[in-house]
Amino acid sequence: MVQLSLPKNSEIKKGKYFKDKTGSKNLRKVNIYRWDPSTDESPRIDTYEVDMDNCPSKVLDILNKIKNEIDSTITYRRSCAHGVCGSCAMNMGGKNGLACTTPHAEIEGDIDIYPLPHLKVKKDLIGDLDGLYKQYQSIEPWLKNNSTKETTEIYQSKEDRAKLDGAYECIMCACCSTSCPSYWWNGDKYLGPAVLLQAYRWIIDSRDEERKARLKKVADELKLYRCHTILNCTNACPKGLNPAKAIAEIKKMLATANV
Amino acid sequence: MKAYNIIDHEYDVVVLGAGGSGLRAAVGLSEAGLKTACISKVFPTRSHTSAAQGGISAALGNMGEDDWRWHMYDTVKGADWLGDQDSIEYLCKEAPKAVLELEKYGVPFSRTEEGKIYQRPFGGMTKNYGNGIVQRTCAAADRTGHAILHTLYGQALKHNTEFFIEYFALDLLMKDGECKGLIAWNLNDGTIHRFRAHTVIIATGGYGKVYYSATSAHTCTGDGNAMVLRAGLPLQDMEFVQFHPTGIYGHGTLISEGVRGEGGYLVNSKGERFMERYAPNAKDLASRDVVSRSMSIEINEGRGVGKDQDHVHLHLSHLDKSVIENRLPGITEAARLFANVDVTKDPIPVVPTVHYNMGGIPTNYKAEVLTMNGSEKTVPGLMAIGEAACVSVHGANRLGSNSLIDLVVFGRAAAKRAAELVKTGTPHEEIPETETQKCLDRFDKLRSAQGDNSTAELRLSMQKTMQSKCAVFRTEKNLKQGVDEIGKTYDGIDSISVKDKSLVFNTDLVETLEFDNLIRQAVVTVDSAYHRKESRGAHAREDYPKRDDEKFMQHTLAWCDGKDTKISYRPVHQSTLTNEVQYFPPQERVY
Repeated sequence: MVQLSLPKNSEIKKGKYFKDKTGSKNLRKVNIYRWDPSTDESPRIDTYEVDMDNCPSKVLDILNKIKNEIDSTITYRRSCAHGVCGSCAMNMGGKNGLACTTPHAEIEGDIDIYPLPHLKVKKDLIGDLDGLYKQYQSIEPWLKNNSTKETTEIYQSKEDRAKLDGAYECIMCACCSTSCPSYWWNGDKYLGPAVLLQAYRWIIDSRDEERKARLKKVADELKLYRCHTILNCTNACPKGLNPAKAIAEIKKMLATANV
Repeated sequence: MKAYNIIDHEYDVVVLGAGGSGLRAAVGLSEAGLKTACISKVFPTRSHTSAAQGGISAALGNMGEDDWRWHMYDTVKGADWLGDQDSIEYLCKEAPKAVLELEKYGVPFSRTEEGKIYQRPFGGMTKNYGNGIVQRTCAAADRTGHAILHTLYGQALKHNTEFFIEYFALDLLMKDGECKGLIAWNLNDGTIHRFRAHTVIIATGGYGKVYYSATSAHTCTGDGNAMVLRAGLPLQDMEFVQFHPTGIYGHGTLISEGVRGEGGYLVNSKGERFMERYAPNAKDLASRDVVSRSMSIEINEGRGVGKDQDHVHLHLSHLDKSVIENRLPGITEAARLFANVDVTKDPIPVVPTVHYNMGGIPTNYKAEVLTMNGSEKTVPGLMAIGEAACVSVHGANRLGSNSLIDLVVFGRAAAKRAAELVKTGTPHEEIPETETQKCLDRFDKLRSAQGDNSTAELRLSMQKTMQSKCAVFRTEKNLKQGVDEIGKTYDGIDSISVKDKSLVFNTDLVETLEFDNLIRQAVVTVDSAYHRKESRGAHAREDYPKRDDEKFMQHTLAWCDGKDTKISYRPVHQSTLTNEVQYFPPQERVY
């Protein structure tokens, strides 16, 4: 019989249990994915009992509390703590989001915290976003305009500027792309919602002179058309943006314009 | 000590930090054809520039007459005459060019009816040398920093800047008083990297995290400042810490001054618009130190709001709905998330919150780092820009929207100066191994530390001390206690513990190294404050309530070896750069 084995690190073991030492009556169990690349061990789930009476409202507050008071080895990215830097994107209670803006009260039962889905894990909750960043670079995210006037700006009407609303605010947290089954499957070729939203942001900037070339560049069976309007992306965006609509707009432009 | 494998690199210039100033410098250096590395402990768009909200100042005159000299006067006055006027002239004169350049890079600025860059009123920004309010602050809604940071990252990609991302810098490599490069730890795979460079540009931002309540990100730990201290060089004007008037009560999230620029105002428990009493002309748009002090007085005199009467209210529900929707969408979201407030109906609870460090690495207007050796001298091979630097354009108090312009103007200036100084491809000198050894000894000592003090406990103790002893109002007694307590916390590092011993993404060790950086800056900050016996800008001494120009129109320079500091002073530059504007002599500062 054929010997089948799971890829390395796909089996998750039960990990350590950290019992409460504060004597609090208001405890919640927090289960956190742990994996340390410097050991040969499989990933595990560690469980922490956390005193909720002395914990502010967001999931990041729980993580900081655990790191500061219970186990300083847990590893996650965080920076601004108010939803603008995009560092602390992770999967909480089965949903992608920013730990710093996700209230733990919205998660029922035990709080399960995992890295963003379908990324190579670097350690614990830190996912590998290098591929996504390369894709971002590939859409050439800079203004292409040959204006050489140094003394005035390129004028843009209020209406044209308004078209950028809902696109320029993206914080590149990758909550959307890592919630997309199509991106899970073809993440090396399909650009995914985060990057396509950025492609759209430059396509519709009235100041940009390379609109057609930009459209042509994404008009690809894999890069663009792997979007099957599942809409997980829009559901996952912690900034309330709508990448699915941006992708649909790009498809519409391609279908109706002579590119 | 364990043996560390070292990977060597050679670059013309190394930029440390990838926020607004670091990226702008990197773009300029790449354009100039210099082989450039940009090193950052976070992915560039995660830098704290992204949190800047209200805007970037420049006398474009898009919304009425303006003049860069008016901007300069406002900045000099905002700085309470501690700024170097040659640098301030450079900043304000270059500002319009720098903003237009950003626009051409693609920053999505909000627009006027004519399609020009929209500008809003901001604290301390006036027309005709203090006569009336001017609209000078260019805005991309209330997400200006985010828009600029992402755009600059795009430009860096366009110029194929070489990035080293999630590398944590450890120390500068010095030789005979010159900087020759730096050592960094790659968090991704745990390797140690030695970068040789003809010039290192430090762009590591502020160190707000020495305080308990700050608008600063967790990563604002002033790593570059601490590297400079360890290299035996001074930091300047560290006692000047800006408290932003409107951090969300209890959480510290920034609520932009743009809210008051658009017509919002502060109210105490009696429903009074109290700023009318403290700043009859500028009212809620007085400069930040003035507003923060006024709020603190209201709270101290029992007119605060809330259960503990320890904060005030920021009203904006009277504003036009379209103004809130179009120009303040970000703070609307922040108020909902962190104060549970619908700004169209209720006021936001706010309190003065640590926000910005006027102090930092002393430089001239070309971004070259200065030290004192009898007289002012530049440090060859070393530059500093952005919040890490003290140029000094912000003096004793920075005006809102002058920080973003500082980033791009001096980021650009640093690139220009480096291009003049460095010939690409010049061979690198040997650096004595002792420098590398010294750096790795400290790294290894902390990595293998097995004491009783957790990093988090020591950090908390430092933050609480700074918050209570070195806040908006200061006294001799408080500051002396602060000096002693910070000294004790410093000693705690001898028995610190690091549980994670690995090298890949060891954030336990990162936080410990950051704490080691922070505590040195805390030492210098509280000691500099203790020695400045006057009130100026953000440094308000209850026991010395007046500004003392005779004794203290001087920059504080502080060296720190361990917890032992040496304080010295250098005169503020009392001349302009050119004849296009005259020196503004000190005046009484009223708004």
